[in-house]
Amino acid sequence: MRQMIIDELTQAMQELTRGFAHILPRIIVLVIIAFAGWVVAYLLKMFLRSILRLIRFDKLSENAGASQLLTKAALPSATELLSRFAFWVAWLGFILLGVSVLGILGLQDEIARFFLFLPRLFVALFILFFGLLAASFFSRAALLAAVNANLPSPRLLSVSARTIIIVFVLSMVFEELGIAEQTVLVAFGTAFGAVMLGLAIAFGTGGKDLAQQFLEKRFAFGKKDEGKEDELSPL
Amino acid sequence: MAEAKLAEESVLTDDLLRQLINVGEVDILVGVPTHNNAKTIGTIVETIRDGILKFFPRERAAIINADGGSRDGTPELIANAAIDDARPNSKLYTLRTFHSISTQYASNPARGTALRTIMAAAELLRARACAVISPESTQITADWLTTLLRPIYTEEFDLVLPTYSRHRFDGILLTNLLYPMTRALYGLKIREPYALDFAFSGRLGSQFLTQNAWHDGTAQTGSETQLTLAAIAGEYRICQSFLGTKEHGERHSADLVPAMRQTVGALFSSLDPNFSSWNARTGSQPIPTTGDVREFTLEPLRLNRKRLREMFSTGIAELESVFQSILSPSTLAELQQIARAENVPFRYSAELWVKTVYEFAAAYHKSVISRDHIIQALAPLFRGRAFTFLAENSNGSAADVENNIEGLCLEFERTKPYLLEIWKR
Repeated sequence: MRQMIIDELTQAMQELTRGFAHILPRIIVLVIIAFAGWVVAYLLKMFLRSILRLIRFDKLSENAGASQLLTKAALPSATELLSRFAFWVAWLGFILLGVSVLGILGLQDEIARFFLFLPRLFVALFILFFGLLAASFFSRAALLAAVNANLPSPRLLSVSARTIIIVFVLSMVFEELGIAEQTVLVAFGTAFGAVMLGLAIAFGTGGKDLAQQFLEKRFAFGKKDEGKEDELSPL
Repeated sequence: MAEAKLAEESVLTDDLLRQLINVGEVDILVGVPTHNNAKTIGTIVETIRDGILKFFPRERAAIINADGGSRDGTPELIANAAIDDARPNSKLYTLRTFHSISTQYASNPARGTALRTIMAAAELLRARACAVISPESTQITADWLTTLLRPIYTEEFDLVLPTYSRHRFDGILLTNLLYPMTRALYGLKIREPYALDFAFSGRLGSQFLTQNAWHDGTAQTGSETQLTLAAIAGEYRICQSFLGTKEHGERHSADLVPAMRQTVGALFSSLDPNFSSWNARTGSQPIPTTGDVREFTLEPLRLNRKRLREMFSTGIAELESVFQSILSPSTLAELQQIARAENVPFRYSAELWVKTVYEFAAAYHKSVISRDHIIQALAPLFRGRAFTFLAENSNGSAADVENNIEGLCLEFERTKPYLLEIWKR
């Protein structure tokens, strides 16, 4: 009985040792891959940071309004954030590559799925950044046009333009990431339709007089010359 | 290969090339850019024809119309103006050939493309002198032809710009920004840097056609201003001739933003490529001027100054975030102060106006935001300055107005080092 226990323990120890000896090189490979990955990711971060500084990415981000969001969230600059993001994605990719060497069943599928997801993540970030840029550009264009046309509430027009574009961009980002696609689509359609209907009703009822004044002024209905002021030509 | 490139870059259509080849070479070319100007173009073309017959009877001459897609028969009116149609009682005869050419360069009007077409035609026809006449210049007389073309044809000038007799409040953008700033930067007292009636020599036209501005699209807006600035930067011989009273056609738009794009936008965009020609110049010199001395007319006008001030104040309040990107904190603070002040008379001083314009020019150079947005953002501030100009000269004589503008010009010249400082910062 005693001998049987000793034999079983010995066999277990031998199997454990054999298993450990079997997995040890793989762990070493994992560590080497992780270390090499860290070096590559670090170099990538430095390279990307230099490129982004060269093209004045922070200025672009500031124009897009992204810098203001980052500052409010106590996050570093857009260049720093993107560089760090690239570093972590690259290093995580290498670590997962190393983990796949361990041959753990089921994990390899998840890792493959992660790598397949990466391009979509980058596309989503691309859409988000340029969407914010477009929102900033068009809201400023609306603001300037409204001020120069002497329209009432120019800032409201500007904010509306920005909001509509951002909502549109976010729906595209979520769709790209595959997050609640149907829900986002339906929610966007409903919200957009509601906003447009609201605007139409508001303009039709509240802005009736304003629309009349605008059209009269635009097409000069009625007595045009009565009390007319002289116009200055700037040139 | 070179021919293929030429064909690709040419703005001349095959039909126009055929017409030009039929004409051969000319001494004098008169270009008329049009778009739906049937009401006025007949009189203008007749006057041009009379002017050529009267003052250049021995020269080979042609009229070219570059049309931007008129639907009212404008091109036909010009094309029919051949020498045979000259009025029987005119007693004017040419000893040489006289042609009328018409081409439609696009389905939409674009002054830059029209000017480019006229210049390319002038180059192909080897014209020694080319005048461009606006289809809205209904006050044109036959004398304009000799006034504009003679300095080029006989005195070897390269660019003849007009001067007009104007109402003291007409062309405030010219008198308060374009003229003083061009004068301060380039050192020449050119009263009308943005001209719609002018003349240029063959060599200036050929040089202007090679400018990069045509390829990057910046010459499409404000090409007339760019031509003036290119002539200054290239040290071509420039003079100005008096053409009489300036009248604006019925379609002349009082819309400020397009006017600013054509003039201020062109001036700002020229500062980068011409930096070496303006950064070292100090003071300003008069340029040769022919004809009567320009003077201001003083008839009373019914102007809504209150609206100018309101739009200035609204602009300052609503565009704060935009101005923060363009103006220095001290300039913005001063502007906000005068916009808010209610118990003191509104005054946008010349010093503050010059500082504002220079900061806008530097912001345009650095592209802190979209360049077109920078020009649009200047419009409300200009309205504030226009309000002050109207108030300062409401009871002024022609001499007072001239002194006021001269004072502003000197302020632009005095503050030029500030522009250089912020330009390099």
